[in-house]
Amino acid sequence: MTLAEAPLVLMLVGLAAYAVLGGADFGAAFWQLGARGERGAQLREHAYRAMGPVWEANHVWLVFVLVICWTAYPEAFASIFSTLTVPLFVAAFGIVLRGTAYAVHAGTAREIERRAVDGVFSISSVLTPFALGTAVGAIASGRVPVGNARGDLVTSWLNPTSLAIGVLAVATGAYLAAVYLAGDARRAGNEQLTAAFRARALVAGLATGAIAVAALGVIAADTGGVGERLLEWPALAAVAASAAAGLATLELVRRSRFEAARYGAPAAVAAVVAGWALAQRPELLPGLTVEEAAAGRETLIATVVGVVLGFLVVVPSLALLFGLVLRGRFEREPSALAPAPRLLRTRARPPSLLGIALVLGAAGLPLTLVVDGGPLLAAGIVALLAFVALASIAIASALTSDATANERHRGQGDVSV
Amino acid sequence: MNCLLLAAAPFAPVDQDYMFEARQMQALSFAVHIPIVCFGIAFPAFVLLLEGLWLRTGDPLYRTIAKRWSKVMLALFAVGVVTGTILSFELGLLWPNFMATFGEVFGLGFTLEAFSFFVEAIFIAIYVYGWDRLSPWAHFLSGIPVVVAGFMGSLMVITVNAWMNNPSGFMLEGGRVSDVRPLDALFGNDYLWHELVHMYVAGFIVAGFLTAAVYAFAWLRGRRGRYEHIALVVPLTIAALAAPVQIVVGDWAARSVAREQPTKLAALEGLYETEAGAPVHLGGWYEGDEIRFGIPLPRLLSLLSFHDPSARVEGLEEVSVDERPPVNVVRIAFQTMVGIGFILAGISAFYVFVWLRRKRLPRSTWFYRAVVAAGPLSVVALIAGWVTTEVGRQPWVVYGHMRTEEAVTGASGVPVGYATLVIVYTGLLAAIVWILRRLARAPVEIQPGPSGVAPLAAGAASPDAEESR
Repeated sequence: MTLAEAPLVLMLVGLAAYAVLGGADFGAAFWQLGARGERGAQLREHAYRAMGPVWEANHVWLVFVLVICWTAYPEAFASIFSTLTVPLFVAAFGIVLRGTAYAVHAGTAREIERRAVDGVFSISSVLTPFALGTAVGAIASGRVPVGNARGDLVTSWLNPTSLAIGVLAVATGAYLAAVYLAGDARRAGNEQLTAAFRARALVAGLATGAIAVAALGVIAADTGGVGERLLEWPALAAVAASAAAGLATLELVRRSRFEAARYGAPAAVAAVVAGWALAQRPELLPGLTVEEAAAGRETLIATVVGVVLGFLVVVPSLALLFGLVLRGRFEREPSALAPAPRLLRTRARPPSLLGIALVLGAAGLPLTLVVDGGPLLAAGIVALLAFVALASIAIASALTSDATANERHRGQGDVSV
Repeated sequence: MNCLLLAAAPFAPVDQDYMFEARQMQALSFAVHIPIVCFGIAFPAFVLLLEGLWLRTGDPLYRTIAKRWSKVMLALFAVGVVTGTILSFELGLLWPNFMATFGEVFGLGFTLEAFSFFVEAIFIAIYVYGWDRLSPWAHFLSGIPVVVAGFMGSLMVITVNAWMNNPSGFMLEGGRVSDVRPLDALFGNDYLWHELVHMYVAGFIVAGFLTAAVYAFAWLRGRRGRYEHIALVVPLTIAALAAPVQIVVGDWAARSVAREQPTKLAALEGLYETEAGAPVHLGGWYEGDEIRFGIPLPRLLSLLSFHDPSARVEGLEEVSVDERPPVNVVRIAFQTMVGIGFILAGISAFYVFVWLRRKRLPRSTWFYRAVVAAGPLSVVALIAGWVTTEVGRQPWVVYGHMRTEEAVTGASGVPVGYATLVIVYTGLLAAIVWILRRLARAPVEIQPGPSGVAPLAAGAASPDAEESR
């Protein structure tokens, strides 16, 4: 791997993560599509509840892929987005509708509202991965030439390879979601839902496998280079690994071992992404190799270092979030009583906090108004911001403190109500 | 020969019949996103302040409000996520030449922004789903990364905008960049800091006044319980302290503009001729190279911009006609922002004055009416400020290096995209209003304290007493 390829590897990691995590989010909505009646409602709620805490973080992987692409391979990014205007617009609007439906879902009360929101949510959740899949197909089949909107507005993404990958993207998401939701239902102790999603996972798994094999044939027939190289070493190894992981996961699901399946299914998806990259190497777009497309050395180094540092923060944070979700912490019935905090005893009473704030404000004001640049101006600005923060705390706590409430609390329930 | 080469270059300027629509589309996407960003910046801080007050006093009402607001925070964050994603798509969909040429110079800012976005998304979920499920202090601490990420996200996005206004860190030869130094370009930029602070403070002003407006409206409707009192005081106090500070920050910003973008400054003030001791005009409009019907304040522009009443200020005449921004748009937007800024600072000064004198809220109905008006006004000022800086940058997308029409896509169908965006965003705004009303109508449930005694405060907040947007 050269320096020019390093950001691409990071992008592919992000793409695999998005295909798995984002794909599962889309897939969860896919299962809501046909769910009707009492059991359907239960199924829909389960899907919302399982994805609620994680979907926003899962979605960020897409942004992650885009920003690395336009930083490290700007001409490739511009070529892709200007030629694939139609599917990417569709995907973007799908993302808006989906996010909005998530935001308003919590507020639905009546059946008709719920149905409307669920409908928008499910349709946009099928449309978005399909559109993104067609864009991937366009790149893989060499239909995106270098330049500003140089490719065909329609046939670049409306072609056999694009359609095959679009369908595969939707099916993969549905499969992943069924596996995850079965596991979540098991953890929640709902055997009926577990069985329902196990059956869906098996059907979707078989269907996805069949679609993948068919897609391989379509791609081989439709594209020259990439399709052939997918069936040669080293891409073939990745394709075989994907098939093996897919079959193994299916067997785990059949045996109802969902926690193991949770990690097998992503391996199958990641192997497909790797296979695509290996088959297309070294060209990013027709006539544009990764080396040619790469940004300058300083940018590449800064991007790689920045992403590695970012991962040092984000990976533990993600582990914390998924840990809390997977251990069922967010499903625990909340206590009806407010918890009793160990109260914070501040030595500085609000008036003295205000005093500090006023000193900072008095120092910051002249510095900001008079000094032009340099550390003195910076100090003035920081002092002014600190003034706002501290004075807000002081005034807000003084104006909202309730003598009776405080008295009552100190007495810890001595006061008769 | 040169012409032929240019025509063959993959990212040479193209003819785009719908340049105006492309710009409007970008502007609309931005105008919808940016007020929501204000809530991303400031609302976590409001909620944490309330939770902190609960941890200090044990008064459950603080916690009740924090918990309810955190649901609003999550819904608005979701909308911010998707409207922000649209913006990043549009950079490629609408301005591919800009991205192809300069992506490697400024892209790092967005790469780093993605990580603050991750942190925000992760911890906002832990915070909101963690109520009653994490220990009180662990819960409070889980909110802090959200506030930090809000700041870091603003920093990273503003590095890029500041770079577009004051570009550096690269060489441009024959339409290709070389000798790119991304860290210099983004963080070694004089322009970054005032833009960042100005926007960050604006976030608190907009979110503060908008939230306060809801409860001021409730107060006018006669709902004056302790719940409404706290929910009014917390955002209003923050906004009222931030608004006067913003005037000082704005002065600093204007001085930086005077130094780095003299043409923009000339457009802000409608100054045609370069002159020493230049005046400021209040109101009026720019026509035939002068301000009509404005009130002149002699020498003020020189004084404000350079701290010298006879300083020389460059006028629009310094650059050719095709390098001047549309003066009236920029100038009227600027005056709107400044005018509203002073109104907000006036409301704030009254509020702080009453508190200092009487240690209570103002009692005049007019004050509450003013606060209700301050909410939407602060949004107008926010948008006007961005119009000032972004239209003031025109005709450049990268100031002095790439014109906006050189950046645009060659794809057809821009009007279709624009029309779709208008429809989708109309629906989006309707959905936001709807969900906020729904969340507001949910009954206020004050959890009894650990001893099982219902808090005294509960009686003060009537169950149906709630915000109505």
